[in-house]
Amino acid sequence: MGRTLSEKVWDEHVVRSAAGEPDLLFIDLHLIHEVTSPQAFDGLRIAGRTVRRPDLTIATEDHNVPTVDWDKPIADPVSRTQVETLRKNCAEFGVRLHPLGDVEQGIVHVVGPQLGLTQPGMTIVCGDSHTSTHGAFGAIAFGIGTSEVEHVLATQTLMQAKPKTMAVTINGSLPPGVTAKDMVLTLIAHTGTGGGQGYIVEYRGQAIEELSMEGRMTVCNMSIEWGAKAGLIAPDQTTFDYIEGKPEAPKGADWDAAVAHWKTLVTDADAEFDEEIVLDASEMTPFVTWGTNPGQGVPLGASVPYPADFADAQDRVAAEKALQYMALEAGTPMREVKVDTVFVGSCTNGRIEDLRLAAEIIQGHTVDPDTRLLVVPGSVRVRLQAEAEGLDAIFKAAGAEWRGAGCSMCLGMNPDTLAPGERSASTSNRNFEGRQGKGGRTHLVSVPVAAATAVRGTLSSPADLEPFEKGASHPPQEPPVTVGSN
Amino acid sequence: MEKFSSHTGVGVPLRRSNVDTDQIIPAVYLKRVTRDGFEDGLFSAWRNDPTFVLNNEAYAAGSVLVAGPDFGTGSSREHAVWALQNYGFKAVISSRFADIFRGNSGKAGLLAAQVDEKVVQRLWDLLEESPGTTVTVDLESRTVRAGEGVDAVEDSFDIDDYTRWRLLEGLDDVGITLSHADDITAYEATRPSWKPATL
Ligand code: SF4
Repeated sequence: MGRTLSEKVWDEHVVRSAAGEPDLLFIDLHLIHEVTSPQAFDGLRIAGRTVRRPDLTIATEDHNVPTVDWDKPIADPVSRTQVETLRKNCAEFGVRLHPLGDVEQGIVHVVGPQLGLTQPGMTIVCGDSHTSTHGAFGAIAFGIGTSEVEHVLATQTLMQAKPKTMAVTINGSLPPGVTAKDMVLTLIAHTGTGGGQGYIVEYRGQAIEELSMEGRMTVCNMSIEWGAKAGLIAPDQTTFDYIEGKPEAPKGADWDAAVAHWKTLVTDADAEFDEEIVLDASEMTPFVTWGTNPGQGVPLGASVPYPADFADAQDRVAAEKALQYMALEAGTPMREVKVDTVFVGSCTNGRIEDLRLAAEIIQGHTVDPDTRLLVVPGSVRVRLQAEAEGLDAIFKAAGAEWRGAGCSMCLGMNPDTLAPGERSASTSNRNFEGRQGKGGRTHLVSVPVAAATAVRGTLSSPADLEPFEKGASHPPQEPPVTVGSN
Repeated sequence: MEKFSSHTGVGVPLRRSNVDTDQIIPAVYLKRVTRDGFEDGLFSAWRNDPTFVLNNEAYAAGSVLVAGPDFGTGSSREHAVWALQNYGFKAVISSRFADIFRGNSGKAGLLAAQVDEKVVQRLWDLLEESPGTTVTVDLESRTVRAGEGVDAVEDSFDIDDYTRWRLLEGLDDVGITLSHADDITAYEATRPSWKPATL
C-alpha cells in the first residue's frame, strides 16, 4: 500500500523506533523565541549540556517586543529581562539570533519561510503552537513545550508517537473576495476545536492548489485551532517558485537535487488516510467568529446564533458563556456589530500579500472616527517591502497606525492590548477570552473583512464599501453609514 | 523529576469545557524566566469572581482538578502546566486534553488522566455536593476513586504506556535519548547536504 505525504516525511526522520516506545525523530530546524526558551537553556546549564546542532537552530524576538520605539530599550523591565535572557543564552550556546533592530527580526513563523529555511520534507519545531504554519511547504511542523525545547536543544531529536492521518479535501475554487482565512475558519466551525485531535492533516484539492504560499500558510497556521498535531500541503511549483532565490534556499546542483526529492513528496494514489473531510470552496463566504473559541463562527451575512440552536448540551452552555463574555445578543446580524479596534497582523495574516490586500481595500477611504486600525507587519522585511511599495502611506493617509514588526496585539504581551470591554476585529488566530488584553472581545476575520470593518466601524466586507477608483478626482468623502445586508 | 505512583487530594470541580491555555495563564504572566511563581496567573481572569471555584474555602487546598472536555487547547506554553503545579495541583482529570498540553504535562510531571465524560459529570456532582471530598488518582492501576457508598465513583483512566512508565520511574527524557546518541550520529551522517543550515 502507498504512503501519505506525512508518512513519507515522518519515515525519513525516524532515528530509532522500538515497540512500545514513541519514535525518536530527527529535527531539521528548531526555531526559538524569548518566551518559551529561557527555562530550557537553564535546564541545559544545570545538566552541563550543550546545544547539539546550533547550525539547525535559529532565534528571533517577537512575542514581547514593542512595535513603537523599537530602537529604544524595552520600557517594561520584565519584558526586557526576558529578551535580554534570550540574547545571553544565544551568545553562550552559539545560536544565531535576529534581535530587535535586525533586518531579519520578526514573528518566528514569518522569518523561517522568508529566509528560505522552511523547505519541503523537513521536520520543524518551535516552542509555539503556530509552528504548524510551516506545513504549507510540505514539512511536518508542530509546536512543542519548553521541556521539549530543551530536549531538542540537547539532542536535535524528539520522541513522538506517530499520529493518525487525515485528509481535508477542499474542492472547487474560492469565490472572489473570499480568502484562505475564510476557508480555514469555515473548516474549524465545521469540525469544532477538537476535531483534528491526534491527527496530522493534509490539506488538498483544487482550492488548496490554487492558493498562494501566503494563503497556504494561513490555512496551515490555524491547524492547531481545530486541535490537529500538524497540517501540511504537498509541495508543487508554487512552493518551489516561492523558495527559489531565498537567502537560505539550496543553490545550483543542490537546488536540482532538492527539487527532485521534493517532487516525490506527494501522497501516493493508493495511500489511505484514517479520516477524510471534504468541503466545497465555491460555497464559502467571508466568515467571522462571534464567540470565544475559533470554532464559534458564522458567515458574515448571518446573525449571532441562539444557544438553544445547538444540539449538544456542552455546546449550548459554551455558547451562552461566550455570548455573555462577548456582550452579544443572539439574533443580531453580524454586520451590525460595532468594532472599536481593527488589528491587521500576526503569523496568520501579517505577510506582504496580506498588507497589499488591506491597502488595496483601504485606499481612498478613511478609518471610521470611532475605530482605530493597527497595521503590524509580520517581520522587518515585510515592513520594508510594504514601505517600498508605499503601502504605509496608504494606511497612514486613511488614519491607521503603522507599526514595527512583532506579535503585537495577537496576544497582547507587549503594550498593544485591548482595554477591558473593547471589541476588535482581528486577522489573528485566537479569540479566547482576554487573548488580546484582559476583558477584550475578539472577532476573528480575514484581511478584506478587517480592512472594510475599519472603514465602516461595523463588521463589513469590501462589498459594503463604495467603490473607489484609483486616480479618480473625488474619492468618496464619507463611508456609507447604512447597515449592509447580504 | 519526582516519581508519581498515586495521589490523593481535594478535588476541584471546574465546570467548563474548552478551558484554553489563555484561561489557564494569560500571556502577560509568561514573562518570567524561571519555572516557578506562575501560580499568580493561574485562571487569573476568574480569580476576582467570588463565585469562582478556587475562591471557595472548601476547595482552596485542592490538588486534583476535574475539568470539562478540550482542556488545555491553544498555545504550547508549558507555563500552563507549571502554573497548575505551582498552585498545588498534582493531577488534572478531563474527558479530552489538547495534545500539546497533554505532552507538556507528561514531561513536567503533572498527571493528565483522561476519563469518560460520564465520570467527569459524576465527579462534578460529587465534589459540588460534598466540597472538600478527596479524589485518588492511582497511576499504577490507572484508576480514579472518590467518595463512599452509593455516590462513590471508581473508574479507569487513559494514559499512554510510555508516559505512565516515565512518570512512575520519574525519568528525564533527555537522559533517555542521550543514551541513544550513537543512533543520532548515524542518522546525521545520512542527511542530504542540501538541507538548510542556519550557520
Ligand atoms: S503572531 Fe500570535 S500566534 Fe503567531 S507566534 Fe505571535 S503570538 Fe503566536
